[in-house]
Amino acid sequence: MSTLRLRGEPQERVDLLSITPLALKALTEAEAGKLAIGTSRRGLTLGDVFEISLDGSDSLVIEGGSSRLDRVGAALSEGSIRVEGDVGQRLGEGMAGGTLTVTGSAGPYAATGATGGTITIEGDAGDYAGGAVYAAKAGLNGATLVIKGRAGDHLGDRMRKGLILAESAGAFAASRMIAGTIVVSGALGDHPGYGMRRGTLIAGSHGALLPTFVETGTPDLVFTRLLAQTLKRLGASQVSLFGGTLRRYSGDLATLGKGELFVSA
Amino acid sequence: MSDLILNGIKVEDTFAEAFDVAGTAIIVTNDTPKWAMIAATVMTGFATSVIGCGAEAGIDAELSPDETPDGRPGVRILLFGFEPNGLKDQLLKRVGQCILTCPGTACFAGVDGPHKIKLGGAIRYFGDGFAVAKRLPDATGKMRRYWRIPVMDGEFLCEDSTRAVDGAVGGGNLLFLGRVHSETLKVAEIAVEAAKAIPGAILPFPGGIVRSGSKVGGRTKGMMASTNDAYCPTLKGRAGSALPPECGVVLEIVIDALTSKAVAESMRAALHAATEIGAQHGLVAVTAGNYGGNLGRHHYHLRDLLEKPAA
Repeated sequence: MSTLRLRGEPQERVDLLSITPLALKALTEAEAGKLAIGTSRRGLTLGDVFEISLDGSDSLVIEGGSSRLDRVGAALSEGSIRVEGDVGQRLGEGMAGGTLTVTGSAGPYAATGATGGTITIEGDAGDYAGGAVYAAKAGLNGATLVIKGRAGDHLGDRMRKGLILAESAGAFAASRMIAGTIVVSGALGDHPGYGMRRGTLIAGSHGALLPTFVETGTPDLVFTRLLAQTLKRLGASQVSLFGGTLRRYSGDLATLGKGELFVSA
Repeated sequence: MSDLILNGIKVEDTFAEAFDVAGTAIIVTNDTPKWAMIAATVMTGFATSVIGCGAEAGIDAELSPDETPDGRPGVRILLFGFEPNGLKDQLLKRVGQCILTCPGTACFAGVDGPHKIKLGGAIRYFGDGFAVAKRLPDATGKMRRYWRIPVMDGEFLCEDSTRAVDGAVGGGNLLFLGRVHSETLKVAEIAVEAAKAIPGAILPFPGGIVRSGSKVGGRTKGMMASTNDAYCPTLKGRAGSALPPECGVVLEIVIDALTSKAVAESMRAALHAATEIGAQHGLVAVTAGNYGGNLGRHHYHLRDLLEKPAA
């Protein structure tokens, strides 16, 4: 297990896009220390910010977190990264595979554009978790995002495929959603599914509902059984939602209208 | 040709000749075993012979909720055709007319293999643009795509595609030469139960048994197949009859399976089950059908099946 130990709060935001177990595998500690991770003219390197210990393995632990650590695990395609602490924005952006775990909280745009693998945030996630960055076509795009705490506003904005699990979420969850599945065991904020085209949003309760969502009853669908089986295998707490009746709303009828919101009845 | 003896019953030293076919499987689930079985029974109807029905199909196994993707009772269905395109056509017609239409039913891929056959990916057009696709990981973590098609009882959930396997074999067979119809039927029934118990093997004929065994061609021009006159008891005594004087009835079982090994094991199980109770039911002999060995690549010699099946 390779380790990067944070020396202290970084002087500026740092971009860890290229720091993956695979990238570090071929490098000596001295070579790795010269990798540029700064975002200003200061020219910060990995060695300036972290004490480096490499063993060529597929797992990397970042000891000590900071909200200034951006794009952690963004290029991850295999292996694992574990951050013991918080991270900044765009955690796992475009990640293709492997497992990425953050024991603290994450900034905005976690898992944006991630196509594979599993990203777990043990604390809270900022706004637009699984959401699209400006001008991007899609937010989460096939990966699994697990948020054990609260997600901010616009959870899964323009999400295209994949699965998001969270304890609760802010306003506009699943906004502009293209497809995919979001399951929130607790409450959603106002206006869930704003501009949602397709996709499934399941929650314990919700705030103000858009008038462009229509109730379609409490159907017992095979799909919800399949999803419950999947969550059970993942050990997700959200599976408890499926023990009772779920009321279904169809929307957003202001757009394509093939999305759906299930809420505990 | 010398004869062999198994459990006191004569076994002709010959072989069953079988063919390479395209094979696939689906799993059909429902809220109750009864309705899963209704759907499976309807879908596998009129599927006895690929020549006349376009496909040969049968129920491979009843599945408990633990064995199905959606945790409901289910049935595994096997379907065989001459080639993958014909199989695809038959599968879509049968799923579209028999599974989609059945209340409460869902449909999943039932086998892994190298060739993709569209299932929900084609049937989704019935949804008239209202169908939606969902991707979820299965028990192994592999992502699977499902179509949810709105229907009048809710939704028809159907996996996007299933697979066709290489190495499927159709036409393994045994012929039971008996004295009396009712008694020989009992022997054949017991053989069918033993043959069906082998996973991945089905017996597509009514109750697994066929009474109209055929030969290739016929005296009438254009006939692809005609009655197997050598084994018709009313034609005994004529030149070409293969029946001994004491034989009054012949019943055949035909076996299709996803692998050649399953055909052999299914035939072995049937041969042993039939001969074990054969004497008390007047079984005269057991033989197998072939076309001289020139048409089918797979030859199952009865001599090789005399060893007892593994428990």
